[in-house]
Amino acid sequence: MIGNLPYVVVVIFIGLGIYTLMFKKNLIKIAIGVCLIENGVNLFLITLGYRKGAIAPIYTQAPSGQVMVLPTPQALTLTSIVIGIATTALILSVAMMIYKHYGTLDTDEVRRLRG
Amino acid sequence: MNLSNHIPILIIAIPLLAAFLVPLIGRINKKATGILTTFALSVSLILTIVLAVKILTVGPQVYVFGATSPSLTLPSGLKFPIRIMFQIDAMGIFMGLITAVVSFLGAIYSLPFIKKYDGVDKYYSLLLLLTVGMFGMEFTGDIFNFFVFLEIASIASVALISFRGVDYGEPAEAGFKYMVVSSISALMVLFAVGIFYGQYDILNFAAIASVIKYSQLDKIALGLLIPVLAMKAGAVPMHMWTPDAYSEAPAPITMILVAASQASLYALFRVVFSLYNISLNTLTVGWIIIIFGLLSMFIGVTMAIVQKDIKRLMAYHAVSQTGYMLLGVGVGLAVLANPVALQKYGITAMEGGIFHIMNHAMYKGLLFLTAGALFFRTGTRDLNKMGGLAHYMKYTTIFFIIGAAAIAGLPPFNGFASKLLIYESVYRFNPLLSIIAMVVSILTLASFVKVFHSAFLGPKLPQFKEVKEVPSSMVFAMAVLSCIIIFFGLFPDLIVKNLVHPAVMSLIEQLQYTGTALGGM
Repeated sequence: MIGNLPYVVVVIFIGLGIYTLMFKKNLIKIAIGVCLIENGVNLFLITLGYRKGAIAPIYTQAPSGQVMVLPTPQALTLTSIVIGIATTALILSVAMMIYKHYGTLDTDEVRRLRG
Repeated sequence: MNLSNHIPILIIAIPLLAAFLVPLIGRINKKATGILTTFALSVSLILTIVLAVKILTVGPQVYVFGATSPSLTLPSGLKFPIRIMFQIDAMGIFMGLITAVVSFLGAIYSLPFIKKYDGVDKYYSLLLLLTVGMFGMEFTGDIFNFFVFLEIASIASVALISFRGVDYGEPAEAGFKYMVVSSISALMVLFAVGIFYGQYDILNFAAIASVIKYSQLDKIALGLLIPVLAMKAGAVPMHMWTPDAYSEAPAPITMILVAASQASLYALFRVVFSLYNISLNTLTVGWIIIIFGLLSMFIGVTMAIVQKDIKRLMAYHAVSQTGYMLLGVGVGLAVLANPVALQKYGITAMEGGIFHIMNHAMYKGLLFLTAGALFFRTGTRDLNKMGGLAHYMKYTTIFFIIGAAAIAGLPPFNGFASKLLIYESVYRFNPLLSIIAMVVSILTLASFVKVFHSAFLGPKLPQFKEVKEVPSSMVFAMAVLSCIIIFFGLFPDLIVKNLVHPAVMSLIEQLQYTGTALGGM
């Protein structure tokens, strides 16, 4: 049971992220929501590769016979984190441009495109 | 070294290299950036055509990274379950051809169109990255690679949509919406990747397809993948980003964005057909896709009729036309488990849907380019402010008529060919669906008659006295698209038999897809 705890945290992260996206009106908070979902997915990937009592997957220095955690999910997560930084930076810079033109970050007022 | 074995990676590597060369060259000479971009994309186009000929005559190609075969064992005894690879079959190269043509023409059209803006070198760099992302999504055989290329394409397209955001607020607003939508979809794709990896320990499309059990977790993954890929393709309940992004991006980028959303559509078909195939409940999933299609067709066209902004109007039509593709392929999926119905009309319906992808990329691209030409000369996108432009812009008028006739499905243009395939096959599945599709087509025609009337006809207006025809490279890009439209309209049999039918068969026959990748394993 206790081993499933990380998955509960994943659900909480993604749930909070979706809640933020749907109900918050501030563009910066929307960016935070995207980050929360991203962290949840990253945690999910890392948890998939976890094995009880295992060591870090560094092949050359490991004592033989020792169990290692799976290296592939860690590589995936690393890639995903790098992409996430680019995404966040882009979202924030676009939010900055919006603030420059509209003078506000409220989604109810940033609505020139409609219909 | 035999270079012809490395064509798949060269198609991606050349634009990728050029994307990072362009900002460097831009420091020395701004004009050279556009020429370098066009050159890189023309090399890509030629290589794609060479690869297409090879695939259609020899068969699907597998390109393995860092090895000669998918299951190579190193001398040290190191063996991977399956390596990272590109797997390109008839469907992948069909999409690749669209991407290559559209991005090449977009670069040519951009040469005069983008000249007056700052940051031209960054524009071309992003355009090349967007092309790389699209090619990658279409060629890859690895589901995690697909996620990476999806993100490359999204990030590049967001930056391009908000390219004019430095001067105006609206493009930044459209870019923000698209960024949120595409990062959510990409993260959900990554979550589905995690689900597959957790169950099967592999990340390769074909390898997963060969062991998939359609367990509860696979259903969850399917439930995540279908909506998010449909959202990226702009199907109706999730279409809110489409009109904003399409109307605010520069015109050549809008044309490439249409092809980028079709790359997501391709991924949707790839997941449903190659990954799950008949292991899923095809009737239910088929109807879900048909309903997405119906909603897109009808709501898209009704929203388009009331628009006054020419590019926004065309963007809603793009949503509506996406519905036709979903309808055709959805009918094919619904009868996938029933061989008799599949032979009788399922394959024809899918041929219509897939053929419509290419036709739509061509005529919608042409229409967006004509809208861009009007904007380039008049400085407005508002239909109420335009009028009498046929007096000044003769070529653009002709190209607009060709594009409008093609989208409305009039013979002898290409839209007619694919829509007829969809009508007659879908009628045998369910007559009501076919009738709705025809009504939508008539509404499309009505809407474009309105555009033609208010933008091109009427007396000469004094404020447009200075307006003249657009520069020759813009005319060239539009003329090439018009020629393709007329050629496809006159010889649809040729295209369907040689290009579309192999693509459809490569989707339907899952065993062939997995067999190509796994080979002797």
